[in-house]
Amino acid sequence: MKRLDPYLPIIGVVGLIALWYIAVWLKLVDPVLLPLPTDTFHAMWTGMTGGRLGRDFLYTVERTTAATVIAAVIAIPLGIVLGASERLYRSVEFVIDFFRSTPASAMFPLFLVLFGVGDRTKISVAAFGAALVILFNVAYGVMNARKTRLLAAKVMGASRLRTLFDVTLLESLPQTFVGLRNGVSLALVIVVVAEMFIGSTDGLGNRVFEAQQLFQMPDMYAAIFAAGALGYGLNLLFLLVERRFVHWSGK
Amino acid sequence: MLTRSAPNPTSKEAADAARPHVTIRSLSKRFASAVVYDSFDLDLPRGKLISIFGPNGCGKSTLINLIAGLIPRDAGEILFDGKPLSDIKFGYVFQNYREALFPWLRSFENIEYPLKLMKMPAAERRLRVERLVERLGVAIDLSKYPYELSGGQQQLISIMRALVVDPEILFLDEPFSALDYEMTLFMREQLQRVFLETGTTTLLVSHDLEEAVFLADYVLLLSRHPARVADYVPFAAPRPRSDATLSNSDFVATKAHCLEVFQREVRRA
Repeated sequence: MKRLDPYLPIIGVVGLIALWYIAVWLKLVDPVLLPLPTDTFHAMWTGMTGGRLGRDFLYTVERTTAATVIAAVIAIPLGIVLGASERLYRSVEFVIDFFRSTPASAMFPLFLVLFGVGDRTKISVAAFGAALVILFNVAYGVMNARKTRLLAAKVMGASRLRTLFDVTLLESLPQTFVGLRNGVSLALVIVVVAEMFIGSTDGLGNRVFEAQQLFQMPDMYAAIFAAGALGYGLNLLFLLVERRFVHWSGK
Repeated sequence: MLTRSAPNPTSKEAADAARPHVTIRSLSKRFASAVVYDSFDLDLPRGKLISIFGPNGCGKSTLINLIAGLIPRDAGEILFDGKPLSDIKFGYVFQNYREALFPWLRSFENIEYPLKLMKMPAAERRLRVERLVERLGVAIDLSKYPYELSGGQQQLISIMRALVVDPEILFLDEPFSALDYEMTLFMREQLQRVFLETGTTTLLVSHDLEEAVFLADYVLLLSRHPARVADYVPFAAPRPRSDATLSNSDFVATKAHCLEVFQREVRRA
């Protein structure tokens, strides 16, 4: 029986699709609102292979990637600096926590004024949200570096700068990856929301919104699943990278 | 090999052996409300293994941490052959090997890390580590990461990391207290072998009296704080010591004496 354990996740997927079929056949939901799974997957297939969905998918990937890269480039070095001095971090902690708690979507109008209607606004709001999450995690990773490990470096004669590079930075890597994973998820959320509303003509958010407006339900579900797959894939990608480069994480 | 075992020691060697290795004068240290050391004086001999034992919270670990410079002292002077700590090479082994080793480095890289800090070329580092492995008869796959090894093996890696610089003095802070009894017995053997091979002056903090006496040339018994030397007990059983040592009358008597002093100090509260 144990051999079959890796296949357990399939049960949930099969169950969901079965429920979906039952709901359609028993007409539990208006058939216009809930198309057959086959119609949805067909729409997804044609959309992703040469249709609009594939193009919109790539736009969203591009924006989310850009936002995450910008966020990481700013937040990782800043997080290290802040984390290296606990007093410095405590003095800006409230500001970070405040804006981390502010829904990034509330910042759209402000960024629209700053950057106008276009990609720059979408990417910068997403980068803003992701950067705070990454910053917070990196700073905590640096602050929570094992004291014994820092002492060990010190007794072996490592300078403060050497300890920072040889110990503290590596110690903070697992937490940094937590930040990156959360950051990229948040960036995707913000990008998709931005694509739905502020003067967008492309991207997965726009695809979902437009399909809904035109009552093309299979297309709408297809776009939702594509967004889900993207979020899942990005998370998985970061997990794999982490497992490869932070092999000691959790051990 | 060791100065003290040379058949005809020259007068200089004899003088070296007689002079204390570590001299502690007027050492004072207080934490928040507790005075842990107040004008504490102590001489420690060269090439001996000294176990430090005493009531809980009496400052056993604090003492070696003060000597090894891990925590700053409030007052006093600690010299090694008349030199300050910054002029000597020393090794320090932490109780928590899991947090003291670097999990991102392979065992070999962990051991050679202090040599890297000394800017020694890679080829020479490799040679030094290999020589140490051979001398201690260590049979661990050093290409593994620390978390792939057992607790005892990890602590052995930490001990090797401390020894690779050829330290003048070795500090061990309850090095075996996180290990199970079987592993502790094995590690005592290993530490004894290290000591016999290198003859390095060794300070061992222990919370286990059997271990403290078994390994020691001298047992330093501390009182409750402010810590004084409650007793300084020699144990001269020949090395290598074995399980038989544990039942020999000298060992039993020494341990009983230490226990008596310890109990007296505990009740003094």
